[in-house]
Amino acid sequence: METIILLAPLLGAVVGGFGWRLIGEKGAMALTTGLLFLACALSWATFLGFDGVTRHIHLFDFIRSGVLDVSWGIRLDRLTAIMLIVVTTVSALVHLYSWGYMAHDPAWGHDEAYKARFFAYLSLFTFTMLSLVTADSLVQMFFGWEGVGLASYLLIGFYYKKPSAGAAAIKAFVVNRVGDFGFLLGMFAIFYLTGTLKFDEVFAAAPTLAQENLHFLWRDWNAANLIGFLLFIGAMGKSAQLFLHTWLPDAMEGPTPVSALIHAATMVTAGVFLVSRMSPLYEFAPQAKMFIVYIGATTAFFAATVGLVQNDIKRVIAYSTCSQLGYMFVAAGVGIYSAAMFHLLTHAFFKAMLFLGAGSVIHAMHHEQDMRNYGALRKKIPFTYWIMVIGTLAITGVGVPLTSIGFAGFLSKDAIIESAFGSGSGYAFWMLVIAAGFTSFYSWRLIFMTFFGKEKGDHHTHEHAHESPMVMLVPLGVLAVGAIFAGMVWYNSFFGNHDKMLAFFGMPQHEAQMAEAGTEAMPEGVATEAPAAEGHAVAATEGHAVAEGHAPQGALYMSEESTKVMEDAHAAPTWAKVSPFIAMLIGLTLSWLFYIVNPALPAKLAKAQPVLYRFLLNKWYFDELYNFLFIRPAKWLGAFFWKKGDGATIDGAINGIALGIVPALTRLAGRVQSGYLFHYAFAMVIGIVVLMFWVVLTGGSH
Amino acid sequence: MTSADFSTVLPEFLLAVYAMAALLFGVWTGKDKVGPAILWATVAVLLVIGFWIGVGGSGARDAFGGLFLDDPFARFSKVAILFSAAAILAMSADYLVRRGLLRFEFPILVVLATIGMMMMVSAGDLMSLYLGLELMSLSLYVVAALRRDSERSSEAGLKYFVLGSLSSGLLLYGASLTYGFAGTTNFAGIISVVEAGHLPLGVLFGMVFMIAGLAFKVSAVPFHMWTPDVYEGSPTPVTAFFATAPKMAAMALIARLVYDAFGHVPSDWGQVLAIVAVASMFLGAVAGIGQKNIKRLMAYSSITHMGFALMGVLAGTEAGVSATLIYMSIYIAMNIGVFSFILAMERDGQPVTDISALNMLSKAEPLKALALLVLFFSLAGVPPMLGFFAKFAVIKAALFAGYTWVAVLGVVASVIAAFYYLRIVYYMYFGTETEALDSRMPAVQWVLLMASALVMVAGAMNLFGLEGAAQAAAAALVH
Repeated sequence: METIILLAPLLGAVVGGFGWRLIGEKGAMALTTGLLFLACALSWATFLGFDGVTRHIHLFDFIRSGVLDVSWGIRLDRLTAIMLIVVTTVSALVHLYSWGYMAHDPAWGHDEAYKARFFAYLSLFTFTMLSLVTADSLVQMFFGWEGVGLASYLLIGFYYKKPSAGAAAIKAFVVNRVGDFGFLLGMFAIFYLTGTLKFDEVFAAAPTLAQENLHFLWRDWNAANLIGFLLFIGAMGKSAQLFLHTWLPDAMEGPTPVSALIHAATMVTAGVFLVSRMSPLYEFAPQAKMFIVYIGATTAFFAATVGLVQNDIKRVIAYSTCSQLGYMFVAAGVGIYSAAMFHLLTHAFFKAMLFLGAGSVIHAMHHEQDMRNYGALRKKIPFTYWIMVIGTLAITGVGVPLTSIGFAGFLSKDAIIESAFGSGSGYAFWMLVIAAGFTSFYSWRLIFMTFFGKEKGDHHTHEHAHESPMVMLVPLGVLAVGAIFAGMVWYNSFFGNHDKMLAFFGMPQHEAQMAEAGTEAMPEGVATEAPAAEGHAVAATEGHAVAEGHAPQGALYMSEESTKVMEDAHAAPTWAKVSPFIAMLIGLTLSWLFYIVNPALPAKLAKAQPVLYRFLLNKWYFDELYNFLFIRPAKWLGAFFWKKGDGATIDGAINGIALGIVPALTRLAGRVQSGYLFHYAFAMVIGIVVLMFWVVLTGGSH
Repeated sequence: MTSADFSTVLPEFLLAVYAMAALLFGVWTGKDKVGPAILWATVAVLLVIGFWIGVGGSGARDAFGGLFLDDPFARFSKVAILFSAAAILAMSADYLVRRGLLRFEFPILVVLATIGMMMMVSAGDLMSLYLGLELMSLSLYVVAALRRDSERSSEAGLKYFVLGSLSSGLLLYGASLTYGFAGTTNFAGIISVVEAGHLPLGVLFGMVFMIAGLAFKVSAVPFHMWTPDVYEGSPTPVTAFFATAPKMAAMALIARLVYDAFGHVPSDWGQVLAIVAVASMFLGAVAGIGQKNIKRLMAYSSITHMGFALMGVLAGTEAGVSATLIYMSIYIAMNIGVFSFILAMERDGQPVTDISALNMLSKAEPLKALALLVLFFSLAGVPPMLGFFAKFAVIKAALFAGYTWVAVLGVVASVIAAFYYLRIVYYMYFGTETEALDSRMPAVQWVLLMASALVMVAGAMNLFGLEGAAQAAAAALVH
């Protein structure tokens, strides 16, 4: 079953991409979409029927060279199961949605076929993403990692006639290369130290890695921390975290369904998945985790501030995505990987929905994306309006405080903020709370500017604004169900109830509770061993419940410290638990004041604080800074090598030799060949003299 | 002469008997009228003996007290010599008849030269070396001047004779020095004197002189000066002959001399040959660019190729000798193809040798142009033609033997030389249209041209098993 899930999109991509001339564009679209829905149905069956015990499904041998032994397999555990439903559900819905969205794309003429290509790319992306999440070794994961990068590149540059789309595609690829380089270095380090890249064996070696040092660059580092850091560099690139985030807003050049699938729900969360997948390693890398927390919190804050002032509807949501990814990393960084995965799951639903809703708006407005040209669309596209409102309620975290009733984002985001509080990192906590306020502001700003107020921009466009076809509305409806209920259904399994969480992820239950410590202190108990493999129970000594030499059981691994953080999070004081809700209310109120009550206020504020406004509008000047620091020097270096190295030195030398020296020698040789016998004889005599001289000179006689 | 000695030299003996018989037959019957008959009979005899040597012999033995050696190395060279001589004769028949040049002595002189070459590659003694060399050279002097009524042909013959005498003098001087210091002319005796890496100064001088004398025969720089003039002046069939069999024989003889007589001091002759090889490669490459006459061009081409072949010898390893043998075989096959085309280059029945006559050949003769393209690419060393693998093998051998600088310079020279081969291809496919060549081409030449081109492409698979034979030959020579 898992094999079918994995390979069905590949089949769709290959047949649809190469064979659409045979089966027709419609045929290719139907085939890819049908296969995706099949994979989606099977994924849900897998997810719901999954018992928590990790399974390894061997498909075929991949590389065997020396000690390197990589096989292609599926690792099926709870993490994989979660990702399977996220990827296939969103992908299937996006496929369906694209039937409507891509039907009459103005970028292409009537006689140009582009739809089969689009659907094949989507399916290719889905296949690579699935091979990423089902990977049983780092090599296979890297294959998927690069594969989604490729598909992302192809889809961002789908409108290849537009120069800005091509540039955005290249930017996404290049920035991701930086991250991939970190990932590769991390893999090298793991292979260098452990001699394996299989997850189980790497996990088993993690405690040893924590004791070892590795010399890298100029000094020795703790191996586990270094590896964790390097892998996180890769995650930063893929998940658009601060410093490597610049590609994500530009990636909005791609068609909107692509933004929903790749740049909101799935690919960008691969970094979070990587960190969660490597949890048995990260639990031994406290400094790397700390780094993740700081980067995540800062990204959440930074992206939210930039989102406040953007005017392009897709860019607002893109920065929102960037910000929400920061949330997830904070949760992973403090060790509550389940909360990170929880937010990943709910975020996939509501963010894909927001993007697809934005796509519906854009579709209605004839590919106008500037929110300043929207307004008063509430009546014209009511279904889209309600979808967007649900998405906004979900992302801003609306719910009943101190209960587990609320939209999906309410539960998952609050879980993260509580985890941040539980970790004791004030920086992370406050950053996230402030970012939650900003999130609320820019999300409602989007709603108010788009659906309320007066009609702005081209009157003609507004007149023709129309609701999208059913193929686009149905996916929105399905996602809305997820955005409303996903949080409530799985809150306990991911975060709310510790024991349920352990069971959900197949982690060993804590058998013995230490009586005297009360609720806060988690016991240093005896971990249940994996039932079949090891008969002997190992008494876990202080600290770690992992027996040396064995991978921890279950999809995630949480050390004593992380368990403690979770307990602290659950026991957070009321003010901390309510604070994100209050921040949300403040954001909502301000937004209402700014865009409904007094629409002139934003312009005034911008005028009053020109420096701050421009700073935010220009995204903290990251692009300009990188342009100055990296791009211009690189271009200068390239031009130098091209002009001076290739042009002057190489071409010059070749031209000089070929046009100057060789012809001169040819003329000389022609003159020597005089035709006179005595010249020839003389040359022979000279020759023998030279040879004699040479052998004597070089000590031929010893 | 024991019967064992006799059976060892039986192929040479039979060939010599055939030459005498053919001579008597021609004199007593129709003289030049029976020329074609004698020519075709000679082709048959050469082929038969070539096959006989190729499949018959095994092992290594010597005759006449070490004067004459019969080993895989000699047999490999002999087969190449005999076949190439037969091919040249066969493709020359038409040309010679139409120009009235087919005197009945011509095939007989070729046979006598061939016997000389067979002696050379079998030489085990300075005496038999010189004997074979002179038998070959004297025959070649005569055929170079075959067209007695042509000034250029006579000039070519005379030049070749005078300079050849000088080279023989050098060789003899070297041989006498060697004899004087080593006390023997036998290779086995000489090598016992230079045992343990010690080379007396006199023997060293003798060796250098002998190498110089032999370098003349392979037209290696600086003893190459005769080559362009003789190639251009001689009748084209004679040029074709010069370019093939004698080169093989002389190259094999150089290898025979340095390995059998001086095998213990490879660095001493290696450095001499390295200088000669590099100079040949570069001079052939650079001077060839200026040529307008295709026969002169082929002269410089052969100079370059001899430099490459020497690169295998100077490596001083088994792989090097094997590479040289393969190189020479491929070189001969390429030259047979090219010369069978040059023989047919005519305009209104008159031979033309100007390169510009090939302009736009691809339009008039697409198949021939394609075959020539393959051959010139192969000569230039473009993969996947055989010429590339030939160059690759010798360069690899030189590299592994530590002659990195020779290998690097060889690659550079081959780049320069590629210019004039590719220029011909350019003329054939992109040149300005001029008066077309006659399309007439006798069947034998056509077959040889196409077969040669085909071999260059198809041989890339497994070299037709040549490699195994060459390795066995090299193993017999390098101890």
